[in-house]
Amino acid sequence: MLPRDSISEAIRNASAGGKPALVAFMTAGFPSRERFAADLLKVGEAADLIEIGLPFSDPMADGMTIQRSSRVALANGVTLDWMLAELMTLANRPRAPLLLMSYLNPLLAHGIGRLAADACAAGIAGFIVPDLPFEECAELRAALAAEGIALVQMVTPVTPAARLAMLARESEGFVYAVTMTGTTGRDVAVPDAVLDYLDRVGSTAAVPVCAGFGIRHAAQVARLAGHADGVIVGSALVEVLERDGDPAEFLRSLRSI
Amino acid sequence: MTSLLAADEAGRLLAEELAGRLPDARGRFGPFGGRYVPETLVPALDRLQEGVERWLHAEDFQRDYARELAGWAGRPTALTRANGLSREWGAEVWLKREDLAHTGAHKINNAVGQALLAKRLGAKRIVAETGAGQHGVASAAACARLGLPCVVYMGAVDMERQAPNVGRMKLLGAEVIPVTSGDQTLRAAIDEALRDWVADPMGTYYLLGSAVGPHPYPYLVRELQSVIGREARAQMLTAAGGLPDVAIACVGGGSNAIGLFHPFLNDGSVMLLGIEAGGRGSGLGDNAATLAFGRPGVLHGSFTMLLQDAHGQIQETHSVSAGLDYSGVGPEHALLQAIGRVRYEVASDDEALAAVDLCSRLEGILPALESAHALAGARRHAMEHPGSRILVGLSGRGDKDMSTLQATLLAERG
Repeated sequence: MLPRDSISEAIRNASAGGKPALVAFMTAGFPSRERFAADLLKVGEAADLIEIGLPFSDPMADGMTIQRSSRVALANGVTLDWMLAELMTLANRPRAPLLLMSYLNPLLAHGIGRLAADACAAGIAGFIVPDLPFEECAELRAALAAEGIALVQMVTPVTPAARLAMLARESEGFVYAVTMTGTTGRDVAVPDAVLDYLDRVGSTAAVPVCAGFGIRHAAQVARLAGHADGVIVGSALVEVLERDGDPAEFLRSLRSI
Repeated sequence: MTSLLAADEAGRLLAEELAGRLPDARGRFGPFGGRYVPETLVPALDRLQEGVERWLHAEDFQRDYARELAGWAGRPTALTRANGLSREWGAEVWLKREDLAHTGAHKINNAVGQALLAKRLGAKRIVAETGAGQHGVASAAACARLGLPCVVYMGAVDMERQAPNVGRMKLLGAEVIPVTSGDQTLRAAIDEALRDWVADPMGTYYLLGSAVGPHPYPYLVRELQSVIGREARAQMLTAAGGLPDVAIACVGGGSNAIGLFHPFLNDGSVMLLGIEAGGRGSGLGDNAATLAFGRPGVLHGSFTMLLQDAHGQIQETHSVSAGLDYSGVGPEHALLQAIGRVRYEVASDDEALAAVDLCSRLEGILPALESAHALAGARRHAMEHPGSRILVGLSGRGDKDMSTLQATLLAERG
């Protein structure tokens, strides 16, 4: 099975019972580099898919929490090379497939030419690049495809219908459906319009649809059941790790309703 | 994406640039430029691009714009023969006086143009970023003039060192929001303005202040700022009796430089010289000289030259001039360097301060610290080419720099 297909399959298996799959986001090397491998395993106890965020100096699509975790991780000396080496030498791997979420510039600095092979060797099944719209992604997408790695596309509530259908069709692994405009991390109720929007995305997507931005409570997750195949939990989980809470317990609580 | 230009490619791109065919349909200046933004902003940029195509060169927009520039912003600005500097440097020095434009710098040309465009796009509010505060003041003034609510993001560090401009923005009716994230200067302010725009991409208009960012901003800002070069070129022909041998401007993001240079691109006899902030040295973090010391990458929506470390993390910069203190540069400048049409050099903090001193004493003009970098470049050029006819873009006035000047030039005098 290609790495990118393992992503779709993990989401489909986890959501088969009717509750959305859990996609967990954590910042690499936050709160510390020493804890990263252990935190990854703990998150993996309850997550169906793990997005590992590579910190960037200018995270323009992220809210306060991930800005803060990114700054700390950079101060801790986190780099793409460190992260890849850490993943290659894990004593125990989480069962959940891993995705790398990174702004484009650190990937360019690494070199697109060798990025896909290095990511594949580290067991990364997919990429999410929030400042790389579809029109600019051909080079990276082709490089990743050579290793069977997914490049996930994002859609948003303000994406026009024709473009939304195109992005949903072209996305690999899953479709990342942003549920609100704005940066990550804000707590929001889930209005009916968002459910309609997710249904629109689902009707054109070739791969599962995961909803992200602002997911914090079991009630939100329950509302999304039947409209999204998975939910992405970012800032709330980073805050749990920040206060040294139990990430697996928090993630399980999201599926408690 | 990171490949450097082959010689034949450079030749082809030079021809394209001189023919006025760049940016291309994808917003590219050769390899540079483009549109690297979160998906949420794609429809907003599409709409902006449609607006630019529909209105920017339309007769009624140009009439409104020309009326505001002449009747409100004080254009055309003067071209001054700098007699004292000419004698001192053994050259023929001319100053294009953007310091005389309303609010004290070239920034107003762009701010009022984009605010007029925002109105036509039906925007309900304007957000802007500012470093030294000049673009914030220009945006606040343009919004007051046109009746638009204005929010300005400004780094907390910059708010402290440019306190008078914060007060000006408030008096002009703008809300000034301190940015405490990141480096708390211009770069973080742009990040924060983009975040604001991401939250309301359809109702908010982002009034970007330099020739940077995602397409179509570098093009839009160039077109609006080109009034500087068009006026200067015509004024040189009339007042000096011919074109300059060299035109010199300071380069931070590069809006006043692209505005001065662009109308001269096809004048092969005119050398174009951009001066970056050399700060206190060539080390990473000691300057803001992106074209001199940077490497290509993506920041704030475009592929351009950046001051970054080996891992692609953007580096903090240093310059005595807050308006040049930025780790990126407009993508068209990256192209103009790569194809050899514009030469870029650096001037240090000390050279810029010396130029403030000299220009003030010999010309009765207190230049902005940014503009003083161009003067420092002019001095060096005059030493190397005695007798040459030099046009300097004096992008702004130095009143805003008084606290820095108190702590430097004036402190030395006791």
